Amino acid sequence: MRAALVNLAYLVAAVLFILTFKGLSHPRTAARANRMGAFGMLLAIVAALTDQGIVDFKIILAGMLVGGGLGAVLALRVRMTAMPQMVALLNGFGGAASVLVGGAAFVELLTLGHDPPARVVVATAASGLIGGLTFFGSLVAWAQLEEFVFRGRPVLFPGQKLVNGALLAACVALAVWLVFQPEALAIYAVLVALGAVLGVLSVMSIGGADMPVVICLLNSYSGLAAAATGFVLDNTVLIISGSLVGAAGIILTRVMCKAMNRSLANVLFGGVGAEVVGQAGADAVYAGKVKAVSSEEIAMVLDGVQRVVIVPGYGMAVSQAQHAVRDLAQLLEQRGVEVRFGVHPVAGRMPGHMNVLLADADIPYDKVLEMDAVNPLFEQTDVAIIIGANDVVNPAARTDAHSPIAGMPILDVDRSKTVIVIKRSLSPGFAGIPNPLFALDNTLMFFSDGRNAVLEIIGAVKQAA
Amino acid sequence: MGSSILILTVFVLAMFVGFEVITKVPPTLHTPMTSGSNAISGITIVGAILAAGQQVSRLTVVLGFLAVTFAMINVVGGFLVTDRMLRMFKRK
Repeated sequence: MRAALVNLAYLVAAVLFILTFKGLSHPRTAARANRMGAFGMLLAIVAALTDQGIVDFKIILAGMLVGGGLGAVLALRVRMTAMPQMVALLNGFGGAASVLVGGAAFVELLTLGHDPPARVVVATAASGLIGGLTFFGSLVAWAQLEEFVFRGRPVLFPGQKLVNGALLAACVALAVWLVFQPEALAIYAVLVALGAVLGVLSVMSIGGADMPVVICLLNSYSGLAAAATGFVLDNTVLIISGSLVGAAGIILTRVMCKAMNRSLANVLFGGVGAEVVGQAGADAVYAGKVKAVSSEEIAMVLDGVQRVVIVPGYGMAVSQAQHAVRDLAQLLEQRGVEVRFGVHPVAGRMPGHMNVLLADADIPYDKVLEMDAVNPLFEQTDVAIIIGANDVVNPAARTDAHSPIAGMPILDVDRSKTVIVIKRSLSPGFAGIPNPLFALDNTLMFFSDGRNAVLEIIGAVKQAA
Repeated sequence: MGSSILILTVFVLAMFVGFEVITKVPPTLHTPMTSGSNAISGITIVGAILAAGQQVSRLTVVLGFLAVTFAMINVVGGFLVTDRMLRMFKRK
């Protein structure tokens, strides 16, 4: 009876999680959906706490207080611009929790003298491998995003693919060995350790602007690790929740890859961004064609225009410019200008990164348009203002078949009457290539830090009036 | 073997449900969806509670304590930060 009630509670929790994702289909219902998910989690936790096998609650309580406290501090203090780092950490912790739970269950079986069935051993090996890989891979991703290591650029060494492949093969071999000799706990430990090394090696060869893919992929792994742990424990709520998260990560990974016109294999092993085109290549594109302007000149350009599209990129996040951008948009709107925002799917360091920043600055979400919705508007746009975006507005993607970003769908800002690019210098974006947009006749460059630039433009527009 | 197939069925069907529901999430909400899914992957807390509470051996208690801690960071941190973001999305 008690077991049936617990399982019923788990079922209700699983349904609530599905409804959470369903509610996320619209900003209006999303906040309520998230609270529904939290309620489902509470229900599952209470159900788990009624288990009669629990002999002591002190350790559980201690873990919940420490973890809950840390989680709350992280969640309440993180800046919106640092959301990719936060998600990277949470991906990792999810992976870690799965390894630990799977490992503990496995040790328990062995300690109690049970002979674990092959299914449980395979699931334990899977949760150990994926979980270990996710935890350590996520830590590298986090460090890359914070630019603690490698300055955000990928690190490649000869034979990297071979080493990664060999590691993966070794892990599979160890898993098979474990099935035949489950009592050899050392095999399991080595398996998890190799998974960890694989996580570090495979993530460090991916950098900067490819981070959105890494984050999505690790998110998916953290879900799959939880599902594998569900197979170890024979627990359906773990399996359902884990596969939901796994599916979410896979879908986002696909969206990101498509938005860069690259295969997942190319992102994982291509090492794009490891090389930067030298000064000579840049001079050929820019020499004598780049027009640098002041904020006063920009104010004159903006005088009397009707339609403006603002395109934010990672640079807006770095310079925390979102509130200044909002002020500029409002100032222009007060003068009767129609202002829209255009967001490329891979702008920023994770999917939706720019949308969150714009929402943080109270910009209504119906003015923020996706690539497919905003691209037809550029033909009728008077001024496109690019703030800290580079590769996603590089027309070479359309014109140069040999470019590393050839075929990548871009925001067609070059089709607007005037393009204003706010950027600190002509330094290349993550793809490491020059951007012919900066040398176009209708492009004006404003060399400055994103936030300062926008503030100066606001001042100049006010003065001109 | 019957239970293995049953549990595999649940896994496969849940994946399909996931794909159906999640393809409808608009790009605007992709960041909160990711952090929300972090919170939901914290469901491993259920297994962590048992590992920490059953106290089979010292090793399982240590593993269980760490598991409860990590899972709880995800649960509390994930839902809270998602709520923070979603409350910002409004229409004027």
